[in-house]
Amino acid sequence: MSKEDVLTLDYWCSPFCMRVKIGLTEKGVAYESREEEDLFGEKSELLLKSNPIYQKVPVLLHNGKPLSESMIILSYIDEQWPSPPLLPSCAYARAQARFWADYIDKKLFEAVCGIWRSQGEAVEVAKKGFIEVLKVLEGALGEKDFFCGDTFGYVDIVAIPITIWFLASERYGNFQVETECPKFAAWIKRCLQRESVSKVLTDPEKIYGFVGVARKMQGIE
Amino acid sequence: MAGKGVTLLGYWGSPYTLRVRWALKLKGVDYEYVEEDLPNKSALLLKYNPAHKKIPVLVHEGKPLAESLVIIEYIDEVWKNNPLLSQDPYGRAEARFWAKFADEKCGPAIMRTFVAKEDEKENVAREARENLKILESYLAEKPFFGGETIGFVDIVAGWIGIWARIVEEIVDANLMDAGNTPLLNAWFDNFLELPAIKECVPPIDQLLEHNKSFHKSLTATST
Repeated sequence: MSKEDVLTLDYWCSPFCMRVKIGLTEKGVAYESREEEDLFGEKSELLLKSNPIYQKVPVLLHNGKPLSESMIILSYIDEQWPSPPLLPSCAYARAQARFWADYIDKKLFEAVCGIWRSQGEAVEVAKKGFIEVLKVLEGALGEKDFFCGDTFGYVDIVAIPITIWFLASERYGNFQVETECPKFAAWIKRCLQRESVSKVLTDPEKIYGFVGVARKMQGIE
Repeated sequence: MAGKGVTLLGYWGSPYTLRVRWALKLKGVDYEYVEEDLPNKSALLLKYNPAHKKIPVLVHEGKPLAESLVIIEYIDEVWKNNPLLSQDPYGRAEARFWAKFADEKCGPAIMRTFVAKEDEKENVAREARENLKILESYLAEKPFFGGETIGFVDIVAGWIGIWARIVEEIVDANLMDAGNTPLLNAWFDNFLELPAIKECVPPIDQLLEHNKSFHKSLTATST
């Protein structure tokens, strides 16, 4: 397969884009990544044409056919290139995986960003909400190494890119995930040992810098 | 077809419960239905869905599942007759995309119309009509979203035809405009007339009364 057959439209700090790239890397699929230079200004023609409804990244173009919405793209990657599988083989376990992926998608990013977007008393409230979500996820993880068992897979891929945003919230919220949720912190460390993850994830310090600028622009102290 | 211990915890007035019932009906799965007395959630519901504490919950061979879209995909995988999703990965991705669009853009817009203050109502209704128009573009000239037969998106989005009309009547708004979305309107009518689909829908007059009270309670605190 030539590199040009698989193209991703990306933005450097988007955890949703990282899900797609980790998925492709896990499958050993060669791809070209194209950065949207001005995502919040003038979006590229290719992006507007490929995702006219949402006009968002990530977009995956496979042999020119566009796909959008990161979880849908990740499922596509898993089904199009079945080996190694990202989801368990048993129907119930697969459904549980989809449930937790959906939970993470609905709750985790909002919860962590809620902290650095807040000021004053609202920070503590946001922190509490975030830690509650992590505790639920720790429950789902149980004693397993990864969300679906011994192997890194779909749910881990959905969650791990969001964790690069934790550092900013830890600093502005004055707390540490390692102290509050050690099991979750251990899971993060395990995921970071995978080449696909360490290769794709943006440095959390860069996210911290970005968040600082965003807070200034929104007048948050 | 025996479902080997299938139970559905649901609420009669919930569109999310309804679409799971549609999926089970289409697959010919026998199941026990347990009505939840919302808002007095049962201990069983809280045990089976501690993360969200919501219906519907499907229990199959003692194992619980929540989130209607997750449940519907599970049903499709376990009972392989009358498939809802195609085998082709791109076709599946497309169906999932449009199911998500219906759920995230059309449904909430209809809900916003339901609770809108009088001066905002037309704007939110217009947004809902625009989103329904976009949904219609995926239907195009097909009889159903699934093609010649109903599929995943039909099951997921079918409730909109019922609830949009209820909202129209209660708040006097225009959502299912035949001029705006003629194909979608025709699809809703055809879909809702299918025996397997019609059989599961609660009596419309009961749904109307229920939502009228619901509307009263939602708008009672707004000035």
